[in-house]
Amino acid sequence: MAGVSTVHRPDSAATTRRGEGLIEFLLRASAAVGIVTTVGIITVLVVEALFFFVEVPPVDFFTGTRWSASILPYAFGVIPLVTSTLLIAFIALVLAVPLGVLAAVWMSEFASQRVRLIIKPILEILAGIPTIVYGFFAITVITPLLKATILPDLGTFSALSAGIVVGILVLPLVASLTEDALRAVPRGLREGSYALGATRWETVRRVLLPAALSGIAAAVILAMSRAVGETMAVVLAAGTNPQLTLNPTESVQTMTAFIVQISLGDTPTESIQFKALFAVGATLFAITFTLNLISAWLVARYRNVYE
Amino acid sequence: MNEREPVTKPSVSQIGASAPSGATEATSASSKNPALLLENVSCWYGGFRAVREVSLAIPRNKVTALIGPSGCGKSTLLRSINRMNDLVPGFRMEGEIAFEGTSVHARATDVIDLRRRVGMVFQKPNPFPKSIFENVAFGLRLLGETTGIDALVEESLRAAALWDEVKDKLDQPGLSLSGGQQQRLCIARAIAIRPEVILMDEPCSALDPKSTLQIEELMRKLIRDYTIVIVTHNMQQAARASDYTVFLTMGDDRAGYVVEQGETGKIFTAPQQQLTADYVSGRFG
Ligand SMILES: Nc1ncnc2c1ncn2[C@@H]1O[C@H](COP(=O)(O)OP(=O)(O)O)[C@@H](O)[C@H]1O
Ligand SMILES: [Mg+2]
Repeated sequence: MAGVSTVHRPDSAATTRRGEGLIEFLLRASAAVGIVTTVGIITVLVVEALFFFVEVPPVDFFTGTRWSASILPYAFGVIPLVTSTLLIAFIALVLAVPLGVLAAVWMSEFASQRVRLIIKPILEILAGIPTIVYGFFAITVITPLLKATILPDLGTFSALSAGIVVGILVLPLVASLTEDALRAVPRGLREGSYALGATRWETVRRVLLPAALSGIAAAVILAMSRAVGETMAVVLAAGTNPQLTLNPTESVQTMTAFIVQISLGDTPTESIQFKALFAVGATLFAITFTLNLISAWLVARYRNVYE
Repeated sequence: MNEREPVTKPSVSQIGASAPSGATEATSASSKNPALLLENVSCWYGGFRAVREVSLAIPRNKVTALIGPSGCGKSTLLRSINRMNDLVPGFRMEGEIAFEGTSVHARATDVIDLRRRVGMVFQKPNPFPKSIFENVAFGLRLLGETTGIDALVEESLRAAALWDEVKDKLDQPGLSLSGGQQQRLCIARAIAIRPEVILMDEPCSALDPKSTLQIEELMRKLIRDYTIVIVTHNMQQAARASDYTVFLTMGDDRAGYVVEQGETGKIFTAPQQQLTADYVSGRFG
């Protein structure tokens, strides 16, 4: 998650010493770098996408159900890419949300302080593993495992494997943010529940989860945004076969996988494929940006509920 | 916790009646069959002893006030009675707390059942982020009640002197009420499951004088059916609203202990200990 900037507010006239002035300057500069970069990226995306839309009408792009960027006749309907992206994100969330919420409940309400101090950093380490490693994990472990057990006909690449591995990948995020939301529930509510003779589980179910709901929703949406934007794990596990399907055992191509395919290949920069990259990128950006906004709004809301 | 026999342990039943010279004074007739008996209760948070050897009898259907300077262990003591301190890592208690003759800390004691019979109202009103109705129904739903909830909710809200103010907006959030109303909602929530004892930890400290008086009035009504133990730092409140008063203070090691206990009138007008006299006259604390 990039783009987090630090804002420094001088709160009194006493903050005029030399060192502090320098620190303030550096903080402002790094905030500025973040903002300038973001604005630059958005501008490039939009401008390049406009070049694409000169050649392919937006209606064809947003409503077309066939995507073929490398095989003639070319077709640039983005729906298959969006559908496969959402399919994989959906599978990922089906896995990550229940497990992540359970893990968070366990960490915040049941585990001892010591266990928690061990588990939290482990989650953070998991979140820091390069996602390409997860991609390899999908094709070397998850897919063979699925083949050996329930789906003998599964191909090397599938939306299912990709969804599972993305689910594993976003699980720490869901668990960690949900735990934060549970911890933000005031102690008084827990005590009120226990004092009425509620068990721990009843307290979790009837008081804590409802009280933390908007925080948990924020975690889920952020995880979805992460799943939608996930790239390397999906390229490796789902393949590069753009097709409109909801069948999770098929190989598909996501928006990110298309971007990787074009940017890694020797596609000429003036070609329509290269311009399509920016149109897809802008679409992806719009989706994840919206999801992040919703998530931030939900977090702000649950912060406000208790004073 | 199914037995409700009167106390039979001789050592326990002597507490209220003995020690004319020292820390404890007899709490008159009702100490013969008290609802709660604390004997030599000491509490630790890790290595820090917060309460030292407290012995008390809490008489039935009376208001007993625990008073004393901030940090002398009043809340700690109160929260030991319904075992809320079980939630605090590193907490440890020694001594004996008997509720209706049964040790609350015994291994065989069901803490869920204990907390249903010994309710609690907290310093800061803590309604659940649910409707007014669901706040009061919370404990009933835990008990698996399905029929008669409406009637019980109304009855509890009436008993908590809140019904007239909320009867037309039961489905609105409990948090939308004023502070005083929220605290009465928490009292309604506590009495909805018909406990025997209600513990109140400075229930008025966050409230305005008018709400405070309302709650005091309410306590006087509730003791027909309940035994009330209230922690308060407000001396006028103890004087106005309680029947018995227990004065605690801190030793040099900051561990709280009982200086004097007895009928509220006596504690405030004819205290036996100099420390008590100083405290109730406002010279300390
Ligand atoms: N959870 C806790 N952990 C450690 N120390 C505590 C805890 N709660 C209270 N204490 C300490 O125990 C002592 C008694 O606290 P408390 O019972 O809250 O006093 P009172 O209610 O009389 O003001 C204080 O010194 C306080 O700092
Ligand atoms: Mg206190």
